[in-house]
Amino acid sequence: MKSIPRWADLALIPFLNLFLAFFVAGLVVVFIGEDPFRAMKIMLTGALGSDYGIGYTLFYTTNFIFTGLAVAVAFHGSLFNIGGEGQAALGGVGVAVVALTLDGTHWLITFPLAILSAAIFGALWALVPAYLQAKRGSHIVITTIMFNYIGAKLLGFLMNGPLKKEGSMAPESRRFEDGAQLPFMQDIAGWFGMEMTRTPLNISFFVALICCVLVWLLIWKSKFGYELRAFGFQQPAAIYAGINPVKITVITMVVSGALAGMMALNTVMGEQQKLVLDHVQGAGFVGIAVALMGRSHPVGVLLAAILFGVLYQGGTELAFEIPAISRDMIVTIQALVILFMGALENLVRFPVEGMFARLSRGN
Amino acid sequence: MHFLKSLALTAAAAGLAGASFAADIKPAVIFDIGGKFDGSFNEASFRGAERFKEETGIEYREFEIQSDAQREQALRRFAQQGNNPIVVAGFAYGSAMEAVAAEFPDTNFAIVDMVVDLPNVRSVVFNEHEGSYLVGMMAAMKSESGTVGFVGGMDIPLIRKFACGYVQGVKAVNADATVIQNMTGTTGAAWNDPVKGGELTRSQVDQGADVVYHAAGGTGRGVLQAAADAGILGIGVDSNQNGMQPGKVLTSMLKRVDVAVYNAMMDAKNDAFTPGFSVLGVAQDGVGYAMDDNNKDLVSSDMVDAVEAAKAKIIAGEIAVHDYTSDDSCPVS
Repeated sequence: MKSIPRWADLALIPFLNLFLAFFVAGLVVVFIGEDPFRAMKIMLTGALGSDYGIGYTLFYTTNFIFTGLAVAVAFHGSLFNIGGEGQAALGGVGVAVVALTLDGTHWLITFPLAILSAAIFGALWALVPAYLQAKRGSHIVITTIMFNYIGAKLLGFLMNGPLKKEGSMAPESRRFEDGAQLPFMQDIAGWFGMEMTRTPLNISFFVALICCVLVWLLIWKSKFGYELRAFGFQQPAAIYAGINPVKITVITMVVSGALAGMMALNTVMGEQQKLVLDHVQGAGFVGIAVALMGRSHPVGVLLAAILFGVLYQGGTELAFEIPAISRDMIVTIQALVILFMGALENLVRFPVEGMFARLSRGN
Repeated sequence: MHFLKSLALTAAAAGLAGASFAADIKPAVIFDIGGKFDGSFNEASFRGAERFKEETGIEYREFEIQSDAQREQALRRFAQQGNNPIVVAGFAYGSAMEAVAAEFPDTNFAIVDMVVDLPNVRSVVFNEHEGSYLVGMMAAMKSESGTVGFVGGMDIPLIRKFACGYVQGVKAVNADATVIQNMTGTTGAAWNDPVKGGELTRSQVDQGADVVYHAAGGTGRGVLQAAADAGILGIGVDSNQNGMQPGKVLTSMLKRVDVAVYNAMMDAKNDAFTPGFSVLGVAQDGVGYAMDDNNKDLVSSDMVDAVEAAKAKIIAGEIAVHDYTSDDSCPVS
């Protein structure tokens, strides 16, 4: 299937998909009687037009990098990890446990421990479905999605029990003390004498970028990555070649779960500075679209995560600026983009392939 | 004549002064998870803001949050853009407001259902137990089976306060009555789950309840629907919900969130915004019961007389309705 040039595969098709998605979303906006161009302008300037907008966009991007990488790693082993939502929720518990215990110290101490703890909690939540897949053949799509529900209920129990702030009616933990609050980007800018508007963008953005590099090294530069890709391409051949399927499945899912769990660093320790019930905000599911769009490559995931960051921040601005476009409409617009970019990719791919085929015949 | 003229001039001047203030204030309101059109709690705060807009012509900004995580973002964004006052209704905004209000000491904030002790925050709480007591009396007087029901939203002390007041009202009329109590859930989703609300109501009907009171925000739609379908009576909450299932809703426990929102905006406009905290009970008409064309055939004059008498006694202090949140317990169940 190398019928189209690489640039068309990587740039033209995503662009056409995006264009179609915005076209249909524009129709939705017209349908409720608002100006689609104004809506588009608010979305873009709201997401990229100021340091406030960019800060929020990159904050959301950080979430999507983690969950997108998580799905991408599993994809390479042809494992479909839909459990990012639950793994990230449990990652939040991991962060909160460290932060609530050690927030009297300094963030330089709590942060590495929280990274470790978030990764371990997320990994453990992925370990059970991985084991069931590897040993019992229970399909990972079913088990991971079920574990999302178990995770949500478990978090609900913890937030109404052991982790709940005393005397509060809301299901949330107490606020972390200074020792477990990550530096925000405006603080970091301040160290270099620059000024930035306050946004929740924090140091875990850099952790996400480092994770992109580490995932690239793992998948394309390590022996394990080679085994993983071989396993993903052709399982019987890989097993015949002596690759242990149980080991590959379990390790891949553990890495995937750890990446998803680390998302909680950004939301729990960075933004909220306390554990709340829905700190994941659907990022676990968006990660699937991000990985699909990014072709499971760290660079692609990064770019797709930025796009979804723009969509999320732009969508929120839209809700602020045009109240007639309700929160449900925003979700509709975001869903249309996911639909066109992820699920309906072949809608554009086949005509484009046909076009290139005709062009090459013409030559 | 001179007097009248000067009066008119003063009024005009006052009007102008009002107009100049009007240009200055940019109020904002943020709704809670149930959504603006939940027909109940959030819709009451929406109506308060709308009334302010109609009377003054001043536009307000609004936002519906999608998740708990957005609370601080919404508050901070409105504050950063110079909106003042910023009004929110919902106990769950407590910790977000503590953080944001401290960052913006020059902005006025108002919060309903929660007390935030900061010099720029006005906190408004209601004596829901008193209003619930009154509708509890009506439920007991109307019930033929001697069994009535209560469906709460999220299981928190605030909602138990509703339940406890209701049970006290029921027992005041019929000491042998049974009250079946159910809560919808333990998370914010419990405010917006009409399907589960309907299921809980049907199960209460199966146990013999013939009047069911809900304090569950958007979930209450399902409660009132299920009650109407089963041929029994529901009792609405927060807004006047008598018209939701006409002839099938006995009354509604009014909680004037709209007044709290309206007052916060109006006081800011008139430069009379005061922080601190206030409690609105039956004495201040902050809570009460709803009578209109939809339920006038359901409520006899005897019932109204009895409830009015109880209301007068509560105001006079002769009836003390126990507040669940005062000691986290209820003397009756």
